[in-house]
Amino acid sequence: MADSVRVAIDSDADVVTARQEARSMGAALGFSSTDLTLLATAISEVARNITTYAGRGEVTLRVVHHRDREGIEVVASDKGPGIEDLERALQDGYTTGNGLGLGLPGARRLVDDFHVDSVPGAGTRVRMVKWRA
Amino acid sequence: MAVPILKQGPFLIASIQAALTDTDVLRLQDDVMRQVGRYRSRGIVVDVTALDVMDSFVSRSLRGIAHMTRLRGAETVIVGIQPEVAFAMVQLGMNFEDVHTALDLEEGLAFLQEKIVQEPGPGGG
Repeated sequence: MADSVRVAIDSDADVVTARQEARSMGAALGFSSTDLTLLATAISEVARNITTYAGRGEVTLRVVHHRDREGIEVVASDKGPGIEDLERALQDGYTTGNGLGLGLPGARRLVDDFHVDSVPGAGTRVRMVKWRA
Repeated sequence: MAVPILKQGPFLIASIQAALTDTDVLRLQDDVMRQVGRYRSRGIVVDVTALDVMDSFVSRSLRGIAHMTRLRGAETVIVGIQPEVAFAMVQLGMNFEDVHTALDLEEGLAFLQEKIVQEPGPGGG
């Protein structure tokens, strides 16, 4: 198994590829079926934000270790318009698109670690980690 | 990949076979709406057993199908949501309360049959 995988996100089919890559990486690490689904769903949300707001970007998946724990780190990054009001973007129901506003706050609830950096006009980077239970 | 839609009596059965892209989901919405009109269907079962992820876009689109078909006089029932998927939907914060769901295809069809008996068509009841 590769320790790191990069998936270019250019279209909605790439969103599916990114979450399938995470699934096979997580399965190899012994993630539970529930955790695989939570991780895949979180990736779907952040990868869709790329296609919706930035048009293109990438998702990288990496196996990470902390003491005796193993997890999967997901970094979704783009050079899109960035997020003007990050605090509001992390609240349920806030959207500047036509979605439900569940993307970022929802993804945050599905993973263990979650961090967003965004510079308006320069891009957005979401880093999440799901640890094996 | 297009989702096959079968006509069974007054009902339509859409069986999702594999992971859906957003484009596939929107196409399913269009196809269902068109076929409800063509076949004068009274109910639709959307079988999502094969879906390993129902993110906010897919969930919203399925809810959209349920609302739109209801406006055309047909009830939609979503069947086969896997336990892990249900768990993830709740964590995500998806509100699916106004959508009919059933355990599997059999239960979904039974639900629709009952609905139709309860609401007789023109001339009936």
